[in-house]
Amino acid sequence: MSALDHFLFGIYPYIALAIFFFGSLARFEREQYSWKTDSSQMLYAGQLRIGNILFHIGILGLFFGHFVGLLTPVAVWDALGVSHGFKQMVAVVMGGIFGISALIGMVILLVRRLGNPRIRAVTKAADKLVSLWILLTLLLGLSTIFISVEHTDGHLMLVLMTWAQHIVTLRSGTAELMAEVPLLFKAHLFMGMTLFVIFPFTRLVHVWSGFGALTYITRAWQLVRTR
Amino acid sequence: MKIRAQVAMVLNLDKCIGCHTCSVTCKNVWTSRDGVEYAWFNNVETKPGIGYPKEWENQKKWKGGWQRNAAGKLEPKQGGKLRILANLFANPNLPSIDDYYEPFTFDYEHLQNAPLMQTPPTARPVSVITGKKMDKIEWGPNWEDDLGGEFAARSKDALFEGVQKEMYSTFESTFMMYLPRLCEHCLNPACVASCPSGSIYKRDDDGIVLVDQDKCRGWRMCVSGCPYKKIYFNWQSGKAEKCTFCYPRIEAGQPTVCSETCVGRIRYLGVMLYDAERIESAASVASEQDLYEEQLKVFLDPHDPQVIAEARRQGIPDTWLESAAASPVYKMACEWKVAFPLHPEFRTLPMVWYIPPLSPIQGAAEAGHMGMTGMIPDVKSLRIPVKYLANLLTAGDEKPVVSALERMLAMRAYKRAEVVHGQKDSAVLAQVGLDAATIEDMYQTMAIANYEDRFVIPSSHKEMVEDSFNEKGSCGFTFGNGCSGGTSEGSLFGKKPQGSVIYVDMPKSRKASQQ
Repeated sequence: MSALDHFLFGIYPYIALAIFFFGSLARFEREQYSWKTDSSQMLYAGQLRIGNILFHIGILGLFFGHFVGLLTPVAVWDALGVSHGFKQMVAVVMGGIFGISALIGMVILLVRRLGNPRIRAVTKAADKLVSLWILLTLLLGLSTIFISVEHTDGHLMLVLMTWAQHIVTLRSGTAELMAEVPLLFKAHLFMGMTLFVIFPFTRLVHVWSGFGALTYITRAWQLVRTR
Repeated sequence: MKIRAQVAMVLNLDKCIGCHTCSVTCKNVWTSRDGVEYAWFNNVETKPGIGYPKEWENQKKWKGGWQRNAAGKLEPKQGGKLRILANLFANPNLPSIDDYYEPFTFDYEHLQNAPLMQTPPTARPVSVITGKKMDKIEWGPNWEDDLGGEFAARSKDALFEGVQKEMYSTFESTFMMYLPRLCEHCLNPACVASCPSGSIYKRDDDGIVLVDQDKCRGWRMCVSGCPYKKIYFNWQSGKAEKCTFCYPRIEAGQPTVCSETCVGRIRYLGVMLYDAERIESAASVASEQDLYEEQLKVFLDPHDPQVIAEARRQGIPDTWLESAAASPVYKMACEWKVAFPLHPEFRTLPMVWYIPPLSPIQGAAEAGHMGMTGMIPDVKSLRIPVKYLANLLTAGDEKPVVSALERMLAMRAYKRAEVVHGQKDSAVLAQVGLDAATIEDMYQTMAIANYEDRFVIPSSHKEMVEDSFNEKGSCGFTFGNGCSGGTSEGSLFGKKPQGSVIYVDMPKSRKASQQ
């Protein structure tokens, strides 16, 4: 196990999570005026509908897929009678579908953002960084499918689940677990973790608000504020 | 009964001369900033015309306002809550900037820097969004001013519904009027209902509808939800912005900037008391033509001792009750019934009301070209079709509009007889059901329109809600966390530096050529 592995898969996850949570909190507390979706629809609506919907369905599917797939304890799957091979197949198929949806969407959005002069004019460096980072992470994630289909027993998936669950339950030996994992997975993991690092400093914070917007469903239509 | 008070506005369209002073003073104060150059919290439209943004009144196209569903309940026309959430990724009803206009300035620099040439240099238009030269300005905030453009284009005006509009296409029978527009500060605002973040709210004490700039996330559902299209998306800050009813002025008992600067003295501000518990049932009445009457029933009589006692019990200050009793808005809307809500069929219960315009008639009437109803000219023979005004103000019901126009004509006839001929013309009074004292009051308020008769605004009672000692040395009106601005450039979280910047920065190419 190299020192780099030890840092990236034993220590970096905690740095990333800390920046993600405390960064979000600090921005919410101090700079809420900068907290927004930064929609570009009004300047140019073309390709937005198809691109944005494909991207968001894909990325939300991937988020929840990773969340449930990685963090549900193995014992739960075993108790439910879900074999590791079957779970991996579902992960590959669902991940493939949502991944391709997100990929197509991201490409459409990037072409639109860089191709339209109006949107290009309001595009900040952070917007380009976020788009390209997600694109790369997606490409790496999708290319791991080629490795996964060669090992259908679900072992590799189990290793990654164990790693993720060790991380969130603060157990030691996380980096050792990753020793046998192929480089492609490691690269995808690094990109994914770093997405959490850049999260509080970019428009990505609107993800919090997207989930927060669900409280709208139970809210009264009208809001009246007393001073 | 839940009594609330609101500072409401009436605009007397009969006196509007379309000078755009309200729009310009408003712009100078509120929207001379990056990202809202295209936004006019107040604008003046020439009707007939499609308006700003294009065809804003056509809700078949824009899906603004409320609709009554089969169960008799209201929901935004753009959809219920789940539909609104599903449309967060791409709002199908959002106007594009071209529906307003691409904001532009001119390359004035070229007039000074141009080399010697055969023809005089020109200042070409420059897009404020991209900083690039524009070939042609295609549309602007008052593109149709004074009936600019051809009839075919402006006849798309939604108000022509049920009017034989071809009759008005010829030069001889054309008509026009001005319509100054601002946020309606509705009792049942569709923007508030459409906001998934809950950032838009109505103030309890004065009824002003505001966007909490910190809480707004730029989901842009309010822009499509508002049927008047009076919420604007700031494309630089990514937040929704709207008319603030100049709340810092209103709180101090001063009229809004648009009202203060109106040279035609057409604007009135006054307190209206209303029963908040009646709003929902009034807004969801079955027939659209009943909405005007239903909204009148939501208002409470400020002279009624029971209302006054109950309002006092619920904590409404005496100064506000006194202002409500002297409110010019109450007189015009509820007593004389000459003012009407703008598009009541949107079911938002708007609080900026309009007195319909009389078309120029005096000369025609005296020359005998007009039909007379008793002592006053027949309103049906006015240049502006009554149906057109009714489509604007009463969901197409002509009766209330005819009655208001007749009362205004009667006021003119009575005062003319009195001042020119020295006679008290009681026949005119009888015809429209008004007494001499009321006509005199109408004349004072609507024709003379002294400052103190137009604006009866109580200052807000901040001492009842906050300790003003804590406000000492605090921040003024700033965006976001303005107090910690310090001297740093921008912020870690990608916010623009504080301070006044007029329009977006110059493109790098032009900047380099300057140095």
